[in-house]
Amino acid sequence: MEILVCIKRVPDTAENEIEVNRDGSDIERDDLVYSVNEWDNYAVEEAIQIRDKVGGSITVVSVGDEDAEEVLRREMAMGADKGILLSDNAFEGSDGEGVATILKAGIEKGNYDLILTGAQADDGAGQIGGMLAAMLDWPYASLVNIIDIVDDKTIKVGREIAGGNQEMNEMDLPCVLSIQTGINEPRYVGIRGIRKVASMEIPMLGVKDIELLSESVGKSGAKVKRLDYFVPELGEGAEILEGSTDEIIDKLTELLKAKGGIK
Amino acid sequence: MTQRIFAYIIHKKGVVDDTALEMVSAAQRLGIDAPITAVVAGSGDELGTVCNAMAASYAEVWKIDDDALAYINAEVLRELLVRILPTDGIVLIPHEHFGMDLAPGLSVKLGAAYLPDAVDFEGIEDGYLKAVREEYSGQVNTHVLCDISQGAVVTVRPGIFKADESQALQGQIVDKSSEALEEGRTDARRRYIEIVEAEVGDVDITKSEILVSVGRGIEDEDNMEIIFDLAEAMGGDVSCSRPVVDAKWLEKSRQVGTSGQTVKPKVYLALGISGAFQHLGGIKGSPFIVAVNKNSKAPIFQSADIGVVADILDFVPELTDRINEMKG
Amino acid sequence: MEPVLISPAKAIVFDMPAVIFSFLIPLTGVGIFTYIIALRLKPLVKAQPDPRMDDRIHRFFNMCKFAIGQYRQPRYLLAGIIHITLFAGFVILSLRSITLVLIGISDGYVLPGMSGAAGHIYHGLKEFAAMAVLAACIVAMFRRGILKPERYAVPPKYGKNHTWEAIFVLVLISGLVLCDMVFEGSHAAAHIRKGLKADMLIPGTGSWLSAILLTSASMNTLQHIHLGAYFFHELIFFFFLCFLPLGKHFHVITSLPNVFLMKMNKGTIKPVQWGIEDEELDQLESFGVKTFEDFTWKHMLDFYSCADCGRCSDNCPANAVGRPLSPRFISIKCRDYAFKAYPLHGLSTNSHNLIGSVLEEDEIWSCTTCGACEEECPLLIEYIDKIVDLRRGMVEDGIVPQSLQKPLRALEKRGNPYGIMEKKRIDWIKDLPEEINVKILKRKETADTLYFVDSISSYDDRIQEISRAAVKILHAAGIEFGMLGPNEMDSGHEVKRFGEEMLFQYLRDKNLNAIKNSRATRIITTDPHAYNALKNDYANLPPVEHISQTTLRAVTSGNIRLKPIEDPNKIYTYHDPCYLGRHNNIYDAPRELIDAIPGIKRIEMTQNCKDRSFCCGGGGLMLFYEPIEEKRMGQVRVEMAKTAGANIIITGCPFCMVNVEDAIKTSGLENEMGAIDLVELIERHME
Repeated sequence: MEILVCIKRVPDTAENEIEVNRDGSDIERDDLVYSVNEWDNYAVEEAIQIRDKVGGSITVVSVGDEDAEEVLRREMAMGADKGILLSDNAFEGSDGEGVATILKAGIEKGNYDLILTGAQADDGAGQIGGMLAAMLDWPYASLVNIIDIVDDKTIKVGREIAGGNQEMNEMDLPCVLSIQTGINEPRYVGIRGIRKVASMEIPMLGVKDIELLSESVGKSGAKVKRLDYFVPELGEGAEILEGSTDEIIDKLTELLKAKGGIK
Repeated sequence: MTQRIFAYIIHKKGVVDDTALEMVSAAQRLGIDAPITAVVAGSGDELGTVCNAMAASYAEVWKIDDDALAYINAEVLRELLVRILPTDGIVLIPHEHFGMDLAPGLSVKLGAAYLPDAVDFEGIEDGYLKAVREEYSGQVNTHVLCDISQGAVVTVRPGIFKADESQALQGQIVDKSSEALEEGRTDARRRYIEIVEAEVGDVDITKSEILVSVGRGIEDEDNMEIIFDLAEAMGGDVSCSRPVVDAKWLEKSRQVGTSGQTVKPKVYLALGISGAFQHLGGIKGSPFIVAVNKNSKAPIFQSADIGVVADILDFVPELTDRINEMKG
Repeated sequence: MEPVLISPAKAIVFDMPAVIFSFLIPLTGVGIFTYIIALRLKPLVKAQPDPRMDDRIHRFFNMCKFAIGQYRQPRYLLAGIIHITLFAGFVILSLRSITLVLIGISDGYVLPGMSGAAGHIYHGLKEFAAMAVLAACIVAMFRRGILKPERYAVPPKYGKNHTWEAIFVLVLISGLVLCDMVFEGSHAAAHIRKGLKADMLIPGTGSWLSAILLTSASMNTLQHIHLGAYFFHELIFFFFLCFLPLGKHFHVITSLPNVFLMKMNKGTIKPVQWGIEDEELDQLESFGVKTFEDFTWKHMLDFYSCADCGRCSDNCPANAVGRPLSPRFISIKCRDYAFKAYPLHGLSTNSHNLIGSVLEEDEIWSCTTCGACEEECPLLIEYIDKIVDLRRGMVEDGIVPQSLQKPLRALEKRGNPYGIMEKKRIDWIKDLPEEINVKILKRKETADTLYFVDSISSYDDRIQEISRAAVKILHAAGIEFGMLGPNEMDSGHEVKRFGEEMLFQYLRDKNLNAIKNSRATRIITTDPHAYNALKNDYANLPPVEHISQTTLRAVTSGNIRLKPIEDPNKIYTYHDPCYLGRHNNIYDAPRELIDAIPGIKRIEMTQNCKDRSFCCGGGGLMLFYEPIEEKRMGQVRVEMAKTAGANIIITGCPFCMVNVEDAIKTSGLENEMGAIDLVELIERHME
């Protein structure tokens, strides 16, 4: 099975507060470190497990600048066979639709049976997989946390829906799936693994290589534009509620309700 | 001519999802003065019930009735929606598992813009819809401008907009089934099989939005009941700190902390949890933490937003009663 | 004169001269033995290199001390006495056994030098040795068969218990001495019957007793008993010889070489592959131990040498809290595997992955590398290097627990396991008093003394208090020092011990460079893990010391004066951190320092102090990994302190502090027990 996994290089924000720069045009990036989007990492692991079971090969693809090569290489160290970097100045400022358009053009240069994306990335949008599927006119399933390969034409997927329940579906190949975390336990990639794939060629394709019109993507093609960043207001420190139990419960229920803590 | 606004209604077994009325509030904040149309798909009597209910809150209700929609498959529905929706409409869809399945592809098929997971709208600015989105798990917000000139599909985060129960409309129910099904259905390339219910106790707390988390302060296994009662009242899940797992009062999958799960609920209630560093490591991303502990010096109060100094064995049942009262 | 009884060398048995058997039995025995040993050596030939022939004088000394001198045996007193008795008896009786073999060939053979007085002395010695061995065997059998000490138990997941084998061997040994007694006794009895003087019969010995018992027997019977005892002895002797390399009694043969070849540099970790320089590591096909043949030959010899005494696991904190690790069974399972993969008949099987078949992932991750097992093993078997090698293999194959992947990635990206920004590494100095000026060392800003802080002491809120106390002590002691600040990286101590060698080297090289630029001539640490890393894992660094040593000097010289203990009612106990004590032998400095506080009451957790200290739960990455366990190590440790009568536990390691404080909390002992770091205690009592 030929599998393509779309991955994204994102700031690693787990332990550090994201700050907005002075004019609000971007987040403060000076002290950020980057890694592969967590969901994408699960997708690559899943692809590896599928390939190891039924054969075939895995390509990882990323839309981004030259730095994105780093995450492609990491996922190749993990076990992906090939990497493709879709990079061009014309891609800058693309919205979700733009990224999906670029990926679609790149995908049409290859021949894939299954395309995986992460369920979402740093922007929490969860849009690329669904848009890409629609552009390719392939079937799509989001939030997938089980994949069973039935044969070379069909697969069975479980989608994670509310309450930890699973919606089981049968799907025709080729298709696009967006992968939820927890579908597997991604393997570790160390420095040694990355060094082993250091010399592998990662082709970089631009607008011309994938036969796209520059206007259709990038800033000019974007229908959704980010205006600014700002920090949402948050309370500071623990406020100890005082008063009688009734009064405390009054205040607490009010707060819980306001924060969405009572469904 | 103003653009039409549509809201996709999620319902299950004849029961309308909370998001149905949240969409009304959300639509009002778009800054477009236009009546709102509810789009309801399904089959049979249940569908009728839902449409009737929606007619009170929406100016118009579009109904798509088809046996194939008894369990709604986004792949099937998308094709039908494309046939009936205008290409320049604003379509609001809840940003939950079904919406995420349906919406991105729908925007492509309609040729509309796609604005995912909006948490607020700030009206129209120079012909663009101005919306607020969260990035980096809510650490940073952004304003986005969305070009709605060729229509837009907008997913709206559930639970953010207050359900608007004030409407008293007598909306017209329009049966769009024949229009939607005029050209028949293409064979679905994704076929629904079944729902596999989560095993009892097999809750993925990392996905929970409300966590009622219990620690050593519960003292005894018999007391666990009060925690489950509160979680049920709040509509959340029960999680715990390590001693509770060690005592085998809850399964390992419910443990929060560096050795357990890292959770990011909207609301985290730490009950009788002192706040060992391992535990705190698992809740760092929680935006709203309430701690209840009888020890006023418990470290958990350092990390919590709201603190209550009380014995959980007394406090929790009272809180549960109050919430149940509120919900009627 | 006609001999009273026909000797084995001259007897006729089954119409054949018995001397034929006297030749055949040893020949067959030695032949089979040689064959088995050759097979046992087969995997060692395929194994990885391991240079162990350096510093032979020191090695010889160790062999005399630990193997011949049985130095560690009395750590378990009864078992130790039994073993020393058996061992000493074995050494004495081996000469007799050799003599007996030769007697069967050449009548009345006497070993060179054993005629005359020496022979008489030896005879007496041997008679008493035989009695002692017999007594030891009986006590041992009673102990193994009836008392059944807990540490010999075999949990069901590790197979059947080993009592049978132990008792069987004790029976063989008893058989050997009994045969000799009967052989000698029957000879003496025949003399007595003939009215002759029985040579060398010492009252009270087994030979004497058997002579008395046999005097009523007929001469014919005595003749049969005499020959029977002889050949029975022969058969047991050579059977035993061949039985040794089939199980735990292989140690009888391997212990001397195993101890001679022991690891000499505590606290270090073996390189990925001996003989491969760091720069050449990229050329290695594979890292660490994946198959049995990836072990070094010495590590295989370790497996052969395990005597199944259970002392390692009895002291293993992981085992004590019910983690899926028992060092004893690492050795036994691997030995069983070796015996199965290299069978006595049939072909060797192809090497396959140990993890998942012989060993389990969780088992290998459960080790805190505290070193208690190695400290206890009478045969100096190594465990930490093997565990690390197995982890290296897993790391390369990507088999790393999810909870460890995050801190490892953060170490790679940020140089600390928490993933916090580099620039925040020195945020903790902001809360220091103004008069203390802390230098951040760079190429142009240098100091003689470098305080290497390490990650937990830089980033953890609670541990930062220890770092600040350390800075105040250094300041008070008048030591001019600096720190690396944002240029400091995690020491990589646990990174190395968790098998991520390349990441360790990356961190090490960054630190080496920063330290070199600081031009420091001495390094001080508060974290024993950092201490061990800089001292034993890094190379070419200026001298490294732990703050307890620095502070003790300042107190002794009078640079720091201590005031009387704040609360004289509190009873303190010192918890030895593994990487200060066991791995680096620093036991006294912290104790002297504590005792320098006037009026302090300090007691020892006598059963579990110094080299028997019980690990708090482990440091570094161990904080991010908690395997299945019944209770926390820290809780066990706090319980030990409580039982000893202490109410304040003094730690000397940031990780001990984290684990002990957490254990006090989780054990619900907040009102009874407390913990304080050595540095904090001293800082609080400075005048």
